[in-house]
Amino acid sequence: MVGTVTSQGGALGSAGDSDGWVEELFYSFFKSLVGKDVVVELKNDLSICGTLHSVDQYLNIKLTDISVTDPEKYPHMLSVKNCFIRGSVVRYVQLPADEVDTQLLQDAARKEALQQKQ
Amino acid sequence: LKMNYMPGTASLIEDIDKKHLVLLRDGRTLIGFLRSIDQFANLVLHQTVERIHVGKKYGDIPRGIFVVRGENVVLLGEIDLEKESDTPLQQVSIEEILEEQRVEQQTKLEAEKLKVQALKDRGLSIPRADTLDEY
Repeated sequence: MVGTVTSQGGALGSAGDSDGWVEELFYSFFKSLVGKDVVVELKNDLSICGTLHSVDQYLNIKLTDISVTDPEKYPHMLSVKNCFIRGSVVRYVQLPADEVDTQLLQDAARKEALQQKQ
Repeated sequence: LKMNYMPGTASLIEDIDKKHLVLLRDGRTLIGFLRSIDQFANLVLHQTVERIHVGKKYGDIPRGIFVVRGENVVLLGEIDLEKESDTPLQQVSIEEILEEQRVEQQTKLEAEKLKVQALKDRGLSIPRADTLDEY
């Protein structure tokens, strides 16, 4: 069968390293939210509610038990329970405020910014 | 036998050989069996059908094997085969759905023309967002 699969991203730099590899702050942030309910708004204006199943370094998102939040002018999604959303098409990821430790996030962002300066 | 090399990471590997719905950036909907993937979310779909929805009606155009470049993929949804047979939608012939689509596009175009003219009359315009992939 046709198919070559390469593992996601080869060498994953360790989070927050000063070796110039891409920032992984949001990747780590989303990983901490796995299992929570989120609403993903896409650039094509489609909004999808679901449970965050997994995320990867490209911030591709997998959701389970999805429902289209806006009025169902998107009938094609009726028989879909789980989906994979390409990171590049996400506009927003909406989360309830109590799921986010903003203090922790701010500290992590500051650390990341410092390390990137070096 | 499910091996996950990087636990917690989104992977399409388990989705292989399952029936999927793919939404493309140009608004098209493809349905087919996922046979191959890569890190760019390039896809190979087998026994693909292009499904056109107009209102509560839909029509399927057989397309064979599709290789989809990842940047065009909006989302990939696993089709639940039980829910699929439970649909309130009505399947019609290809000719009928294409006609319905033509009528729908025409109405949209006319509404758009009016809007653009109204904006133009006020000295405004909508910039086109031809998106480039960032990776």
